[in-house]
Amino acid sequence: MTFTLEEIYETTNMILRQNLDIRAATLGINLKDLVDSDFETFQKKVYDRIVSHGSRLIEKSCMLERKYGVPIVNKRIAITPVSLIMESHCSREKYGKMAETLDMAAKDAGIDFIGGFGGLVQKGMTRSDRMLIDALPDVLSMTERVCAFLNVGSNVSGLNLDAVNLLGGMLRQTARKSAASVGCAKFVVFVNAPEDNPFMAGAFHGVGEGDTALNIGISGPGVVKSVVEQNRDCDLTRLSDVIKGTVFKITRAGELIGRELAEVLGIPFGIVDISLASTTATGDSVANVLEAFGIEKIGAHGSTLALALLMNAVKKGGAMASGNVGGLSGTFIPVSEDAGMIDAVRCGALGLDKLEALTAVCSVGLDMFAVAGDTPAETINAIIADELAIGIINNKTTGVRIIPAFGKKAGDTIQFGGLLGTVPVMNVNPYSAKEFLNRGGRLPAPVTSMRN
Amino acid sequence: MNKELVFITVIGVDRKGIVAAVSNFLYESDINIVDINQRIMPDGYFVMTMLADIIDANVSMEELCAGLEKVGSRLKMKIQVQHENIFKMMHRI
Repeated sequence: MTFTLEEIYETTNMILRQNLDIRAATLGINLKDLVDSDFETFQKKVYDRIVSHGSRLIEKSCMLERKYGVPIVNKRIAITPVSLIMESHCSREKYGKMAETLDMAAKDAGIDFIGGFGGLVQKGMTRSDRMLIDALPDVLSMTERVCAFLNVGSNVSGLNLDAVNLLGGMLRQTARKSAASVGCAKFVVFVNAPEDNPFMAGAFHGVGEGDTALNIGISGPGVVKSVVEQNRDCDLTRLSDVIKGTVFKITRAGELIGRELAEVLGIPFGIVDISLASTTATGDSVANVLEAFGIEKIGAHGSTLALALLMNAVKKGGAMASGNVGGLSGTFIPVSEDAGMIDAVRCGALGLDKLEALTAVCSVGLDMFAVAGDTPAETINAIIADELAIGIINNKTTGVRIIPAFGKKAGDTIQFGGLLGTVPVMNVNPYSAKEFLNRGGRLPAPVTSMRN
Repeated sequence: MNKELVFITVIGVDRKGIVAAVSNFLYESDINIVDINQRIMPDGYFVMTMLADIIDANVSMEELCAGLEKVGSRLKMKIQVQHENIFKMMHRI
């Protein structure tokens, strides 16, 4: 036999007991060529293209799941940022209709989320971008599967504070209009947003992409936790090494299945995103990995170092395993989608301040956390702006997915159910930055030398 | 000669008739067993792996998985079928 029994058992164990899966197979689709002066024709062309690609994605993904025994948990579609394709149909009503078309196309194709209802406003906003932001509360509350994003800053453009200043009010309206404020869970605001991110809610098919691309998001907190538990007494260098080795293996599985899936779909393979992505399933938690390192609860002093070690090792192992790494490729620490994070918030180990600090070393931002529904819009804007400043200055992607939970106060809980989980409402600082944010304008692009 | 190799992994508590049940199903499906290996692992589980050539199989991959799952549930064991490529990718550089 060409492989030892231990090697085969290791792989099988990863899948059967440690939740190894392909977290996302996301098909990016260009829609720019479908723009039509007749809006109904435009809608029909968009619908047809999404359903045709989406159905094939599901069919071929299922075939490869059986071939390799590895579940492909989420099969999704990312499209050209919608504000670009709606420029010649720039009305609130048409934005609503396009959202309905996308929602229906995703549903009919069997796709749970379709990403790309957003815009690139890192330097300024077009009329279409403004219309999109105005339409978001209705779109996010009335559709089931449409995910939205905005890119409001980049290393070369700085941070568009005028765009950020629109978001607190938009999110509060969305929270009020949607059951359990869940509409807000489908919106991410980024700086340095990657054009090939396979993970929702922030996936979109960037303007630098071709007609189609298949991007893969791997997973594996459970696998990493298991290997950490088998190495309880080793020092940090050895700990980093064993994580690298394990992540190499799980990324190779993603690389194999991603490339083969792209081939059978007849489209170019894009990237593997080597993020560790948690779910609410027992043992599938990034927080639990840090706890296996020896941190009592994530949020304790020492957590930032632990997360830095984890991410650095994940990137090194993953980068060697894949021909093209891309997307977000950071560790996700969403509060609602990670049982260990939820526990840490509930017991007081983790607050918003430490969560923000954690995002500075490695993760991709403040994700899936809730604040009280009466949090002032300018405080929401300030939370967003702080997080995005970390991304701009540190030359990395950061994002925010915040839920101002309508009718809830700090200490309450919201249940989203399913993949989105449960979220305890967190405390925010009661003092205001309103006057500062009201200055508006654009944070100038940062100096990228002198990096100390 | 063309081959299409899959690994069949059986995990659970050791009992009589495991090899017989799995081999019998493979024989009926016109699948050749190339290699077979078994051991009690340090964590206490019985593990058997079979390398099988499915090139002449009279069942699809889907039917093979479903059939072995039934065999597994009768034996109270987990049975996983995976194309050999995944092991090549994960365990060989």
